[in-house]
Amino acid sequence: MSDRGADKGRGAAVQTTGHAWDGDLQEFNNPLPRWWLWAFYGTVVFAVVYWFLYPAWPVGRDYTKGVLNRVTFQAGGETVTTHWNTRARLMLELQDSPAARRQRQYLEKVAAAGYDEILADPDMKGFAWSMAKGVYGDNCAPCHGSDGKGRIGLFPNLADDAWLWGGTVEDIETSIREGRQGFMPAFGEALSERQLDDVAAFVLSLSGHEVDPEAAARGARIFRGETGGCHYCHTREGTGLKSQGAADLTDRIWTVADVPGRPTLAGKKEEVKRVVRDGIRRTMPAWKDRLDPVQIKLLTVYVHELGGGR
Amino acid sequence: MSTGGEGALYAKRIPIHPRSVRGRFRRLKYAVLALAYGVYFLLPWLRWERPAGPDQAVLFDLPARRFYVFGLVVHPDDIFWLAGVLVAAALLLFFVTSLAGRVFCGYFCFQTLWTDVYQLVERLVQGERAARLRLEAQPWNAEKIRKKGLTHLLWLAVAFATGLTFTLYWADAPQLARAFFAGAAPFPAYATAAFLTATTYVMAGIAREQVCTYMCPYARFQGVMFDRDTLIVAYDRARGEGGKGRHRPVRGLRTRAERHAAGHGDCVDCGYCVQVCPTGIDIRDGLQYQCITCALCIDACDTVMDRLGWPRGLIRYTSENALAGRPTRILRPKVLGYGAAFLLSVALLAWSVAARAPLEATVIQQRQPLYVTLSDGRIQNGYELKLVNKTERALELAVRLAAPAGAELDLGRIRTVRLAPERMVRVLARVRQRPEGAARRVRFRVEELRGRVAPVEREAPFFVPQAAGGG
Repeated sequence: MSDRGADKGRGAAVQTTGHAWDGDLQEFNNPLPRWWLWAFYGTVVFAVVYWFLYPAWPVGRDYTKGVLNRVTFQAGGETVTTHWNTRARLMLELQDSPAARRQRQYLEKVAAAGYDEILADPDMKGFAWSMAKGVYGDNCAPCHGSDGKGRIGLFPNLADDAWLWGGTVEDIETSIREGRQGFMPAFGEALSERQLDDVAAFVLSLSGHEVDPEAAARGARIFRGETGGCHYCHTREGTGLKSQGAADLTDRIWTVADVPGRPTLAGKKEEVKRVVRDGIRRTMPAWKDRLDPVQIKLLTVYVHELGGGR
Repeated sequence: MSTGGEGALYAKRIPIHPRSVRGRFRRLKYAVLALAYGVYFLLPWLRWERPAGPDQAVLFDLPARRFYVFGLVVHPDDIFWLAGVLVAAALLLFFVTSLAGRVFCGYFCFQTLWTDVYQLVERLVQGERAARLRLEAQPWNAEKIRKKGLTHLLWLAVAFATGLTFTLYWADAPQLARAFFAGAAPFPAYATAAFLTATTYVMAGIAREQVCTYMCPYARFQGVMFDRDTLIVAYDRARGEGGKGRHRPVRGLRTRAERHAAGHGDCVDCGYCVQVCPTGIDIRDGLQYQCITCALCIDACDTVMDRLGWPRGLIRYTSENALAGRPTRILRPKVLGYGAAFLLSVALLAWSVAARAPLEATVIQQRQPLYVTLSDGRIQNGYELKLVNKTERALELAVRLAAPAGAELDLGRIRTVRLAPERMVRVLARVRQRPEGAARRVRFRVEELRGRVAPVEREAPFFVPQAAGGG
């Protein structure tokens, strides 16, 4: 479409900048429309108004705070009123936005509900799961890992179905609230090298490993007799005792001796021997003074759901 | 100052005072205006019975993230339909523009529609073009202040009605309207209404044709869809000018025969076509980018031709080819291509809407942990199922494992999931398999216990570590 008509219609001669490229290519020098100028003045006025309303100018080590834009929020049980700033706005948003209020309602609902209700209701369980993820990440993940699988020999796996101290919600809550002291005496001085070999063979046989039957039989006598006294905590069948936090030795799960990590039978045996010789001393701290009851409740549901619980 | 030395740096707008006109295109444009205003202003008040959810026919509920359009409830994950609508609208614009020029600009654009209404108000208060020019020229006396003041007041009223109506689409209309005037509406409602009142007033009252010539990108890029077969509003130069140009109908040049004999064309240079133009151009100068093809100059010229008893069409819808005496081709590859693309996009959109799932299910395998070995040697993977009820009734859902046969599904203490209308729930699930010969994919099946919706099956991977017999 052509520009000619318009320019003629408006009675204005077309001005050019006077430069010419490629012989005939010229640039119009049309004046800017007046409304554009006013729009520009408008932005200037906007900026000046902004200086007064919001933090703007540095003054020495301080700055102008702006008027009329106070932000009031709660911090550590206190009501704080400050000049407008995005951090305060964020605090306010976290406390007072519709989403924050809805979250609080949910939290109150979960806090008031019993474990049976929460676990049977996908909505509440899903909420607890999401909320607890943050609490878990802040407090539990350093030892138990962000995936809950712990670390063999150091921190128990929370995601499997073996529960040293019990897998019911009550047991899990007690573990978190009161903490746990995992202890197994060192048998390095009480038992000879040969006896340690035999006990290790017996322990491996419990979970279906092919070992020398004679060694295993000797080991069983130490395990179940007064020499070792292992059965006091691990029971005669080796299925463990919840009250002592003693591991079930008949299953496929190893929390201290890294048996699955050793490819050869000799290696596996060496691992078990090491644990029997050196004993175990593990501590899970009590969280009742660091977390509030609702947080502990959320964590209990989370840990229960991680492995499927009991 | 410009390098020229004398031109001002900023150009003042030359005010345009369009004269009114009657005719078929004016009638058509008023019909479109009535329809558009009817839809825009009344739609939020239309009620719509739903088993669940609000009773407003069209409601964009941002806090609840639901968009209600009559019988259709659009969830956030369906928002790509909006892209589909936009694509279809763009293709329709291309199609119509290459066929018939700037139809959108001239008949449907809200800038054109609202400017039309503002000009109606102007004429109602200040009178016809001549009276308005007189008023403009006279000093600021009581009459000018009264008339101008009333005009701007009415403009503001229309602008406010426009702004308020827009907010009504985003909340329950009667409730919001009441709250609005009681001072109890949420701040965004006031801010939006105020902003749209201001923009409507400025754009339709003050900026007017400058919006089309300076601001609007569509106005400019529609030009590239034009070709010599596109319908345009054009002045028939050959007929109007004759050999010696247009001439006023002075004595001796009053009949067509006299004029043709003297070498003059049919244009009597009355200037009516220029006076009615909302963008202030002279259509007789040919096709110009300012022309929004509102066709009012056609009505103006036809009026004059009718009065003279000469045939209509000195200014008419025609094509550049037709003006040059060549045939106009309507079915061109470009037009057919745009048309086909438009139909295809509409069909895809319609299919996507018609085939929407009443029950949405997604399964995500947990990555933390990826797997766990259980005490009996089995491998456990965790899953999160997200179930969305897109129906307007509550659903009673059961989650089962369709495959593989040997695997165990553990949902904890959850037996069935009751899902309220329009709600979403997350279900945590665990699947256990023996590592030897474990299936690498598991298939969940979500069933509605009362058979209200068809079962949905979703597959997810199952991870087995190599050490446990995996490959």
